[in-house]
Amino acid sequence: MSVALELEGIRKSFDGVVALNDAVFRARPGEVHALLGENGAGKSSLMNVAAGLYAPDAGRIIIGGEAVSLSGPSDARARGIGMVHQHFKLVKPFTIAENILLANRRPSYRGGMQDIRAAIKKQAAELGFDLDPERRVEGLTVAEQQQVEIVKVLVGGVRILILDEPTAVLTDAEAERLLETISGLAASGTAIVLVTHKLHEVKKYADAVTIMRGGKTVTTLDPKQATAAELTELTVGQTAPLPARSQRGNTSTMLNVGALTYARPDGRVMLNGATFFVRAGEIYGIAGVSGNGQAELAETLIGAREPTSGEIFLDGVGNVGNAPATRRAAALAAIPADRYAYALAGGLSIADNFSVASIRSGRYGSLAMIDRAAMRRDAAAAVKEYDVQGVRNVGQKAALLSGGNAQKLVIAREFSREPAVIVAHSPSRGLDARASAAVHESLLAARERGAGVVLISEDLDEVLSLSDRIGVMNKGRIVAEFDRPADRQAIGRAMVDHA
Amino acid sequence: MNDFFINWLASAPVTAVPYALAALGLILSERSGVLNLTAEGLMLVGALAGAGAVLSLHVHPALALIIAMAAASLVSLLFAGLVVVLRVNQVIAGLAVVFFCQGLTGLIGTVAGWQNKQIDSLPSLNIWPLSEIPVIGRIFFMQDPIVYLTIAIFFGVNYVLFRTMLGLRIRSVGENPAAADAAGVSVSLHRIIAIVAGSCLIGLAGGYISVVSVKLWVTGMTGGRGWIAVALVVFARWAPWPALWGALLFGCIEAVIPRIAAAGIAVPQYLMLMTPYLATIAVMVWVGYRQSAVTREPGALGQPHVREERR
Repeated sequence: MSVALELEGIRKSFDGVVALNDAVFRARPGEVHALLGENGAGKSSLMNVAAGLYAPDAGRIIIGGEAVSLSGPSDARARGIGMVHQHFKLVKPFTIAENILLANRRPSYRGGMQDIRAAIKKQAAELGFDLDPERRVEGLTVAEQQQVEIVKVLVGGVRILILDEPTAVLTDAEAERLLETISGLAASGTAIVLVTHKLHEVKKYADAVTIMRGGKTVTTLDPKQATAAELTELTVGQTAPLPARSQRGNTSTMLNVGALTYARPDGRVMLNGATFFVRAGEIYGIAGVSGNGQAELAETLIGAREPTSGEIFLDGVGNVGNAPATRRAAALAAIPADRYAYALAGGLSIADNFSVASIRSGRYGSLAMIDRAAMRRDAAAAVKEYDVQGVRNVGQKAALLSGGNAQKLVIAREFSREPAVIVAHSPSRGLDARASAAVHESLLAARERGAGVVLISEDLDEVLSLSDRIGVMNKGRIVAEFDRPADRQAIGRAMVDHA
Repeated sequence: MNDFFINWLASAPVTAVPYALAALGLILSERSGVLNLTAEGLMLVGALAGAGAVLSLHVHPALALIIAMAAASLVSLLFAGLVVVLRVNQVIAGLAVVFFCQGLTGLIGTVAGWQNKQIDSLPSLNIWPLSEIPVIGRIFFMQDPIVYLTIAIFFGVNYVLFRTMLGLRIRSVGENPAAADAAGVSVSLHRIIAIVAGSCLIGLAGGYISVVSVKLWVTGMTGGRGWIAVALVVFARWAPWPALWGALLFGCIEAVIPRIAAAGIAVPQYLMLMTPYLATIAVMVWVGYRQSAVTREPGALGQPHVREERR
């Protein structure tokens, strides 16, 4: 049987971090080929190589039996490969027709416009989309914008259509419709690559599935022949045994989050009644596929975002207000995911960054007269205690610290106030193994001290190894909770289940 | 009193042309996403080049205007290199180019001895018999050729921006360079095209002041008109036709100042001179008040485009 697209031994690394390692992929015309894997498994990177967006460090790209090297996305398009990205590449103030004309060159505007309008109508009718070429993209729903992206690619005459997490932004009904449409498109001879982490989509719609893990392609098989459990196991890999740890008796509840709801300004509900509690001396891990409300949860807990409704109770304080300052006064510490945006002022010195959290306490003098010597003394002590490397003196700018050391500085500051509750969001993101280990040790030390720790992370290994209990977040809610030692497969299923 | 109005309105197009052309040039460049503050400087370059061409090369005024356009677009390549290739902050680069041009034109004009020398200029057209129509004839049919050419240029630029593939690409680069890049449109190339083409018009605006309207070169003679053009672009919300109406409005305001003084009416001239800016502030307040619904500012205005390999 013929092969539409073949990728052989693809390698790609970014700044020394290996994203793809000997990845192999083969899609046939007329099939829906799913590419399944966890976040960071390399699915999108591999498809970006096929679409000409990334140049591979090594490996071969074979299109229709011919080995090619792609100079860019337009080269890939010319060879019949089109990709619909997760983040749409549309010019919002333009009409649908203008957007599609922009991506599909025609010699003249007037003639091209007529040509494109006719092509849109034809293509939309074939797919069952209701698109008026004269409407502006900014007035369209997300599902309609996605339809525009698909039509845009198909009008160019592609034979291989790559869809990167197409259903992530859609409602269930919209997703169902889209996948039906795609199956129909495949039946007419187009090869479809469906990048996804949703098992039920793979089971229901894919003719073949390639599973990726850690930048490698694990295997390719027929999803109808495999059980969901087998697919999950292939996706998440084998479970490493967890180290034993001290067991705690019944302790008090430090943090109680009740029916937390948050809707974005555009109306999308990101938190949909998230409810959980954290005990003293416990690490409560929150796992989930990214985009299910974890970022919003972290930001509402920290106070960077105001929830639409719901309550956040801190032990001995009651319902905390919405201002970050009241939470900080209530001994809630924050380790945000984007440490340079929310946790550090890069242009200020290490000493300033360290002492700013306690400046209201009066420890560093009154607001009019600041005791710089005390600030420098405390910062220097903290730098030593938390082993922050690369500090010649505490007057140097925080921006000069490497990622891991910047994170250590954030932790040193947050822990300096002996917080009762710590909210850590992806605390080891972008850090090397040694720095990650140091961060994890700090969190475990806080647990030993009796603090309640909320660990929100997309890295399932991190959550599994640190947490006493794990809540799985799916579509803005905690859908399942697991006690240590948690069943990795069960968590994986809860993450991707049709909640 | 009737004569007062006819004289006033008949002189308004001459004062409006530099505003209109400079604003249109800026719109062309800013539609590609490049925040362009260079107008004041490039108008001076155009004014000096035009005057210099007539005085030293004794060329026909029409050719002098073409030289003015060429000179301004040549200098704009410096700006394009700074903001498109090197991705320098566009505000800083724009201001630097203005100050550089102010110094350079002052220096060359003085060294070459072009200061305050009378220039033979384009005669006004006399579209007979239409020019004989009372009132209307003087206002509409006895202007210099550039006034009519300006209207043609507005039709042309409007057509290119909204009815050609080139215009579609320029606008896409200004609204969403990442999307344009993904669609295979060269962001750098189209931004450079828009800057250079826009600067031609700005140079023409400057050349018009020295060669056609004032008929002299005087150091710093644009007198802040380039800045008013920058404000006009905001006033017109990046659309060509409103910019033409705005330029006429500001032209009328400027033309009335000497006439009011001549008529012996005591209105402080500074009050009149600040009206364009007041009008601009009023428009921006309105735009801010109505929020994004009416701002038609190009989505990527002022943002250098860096293709991101990852996320």
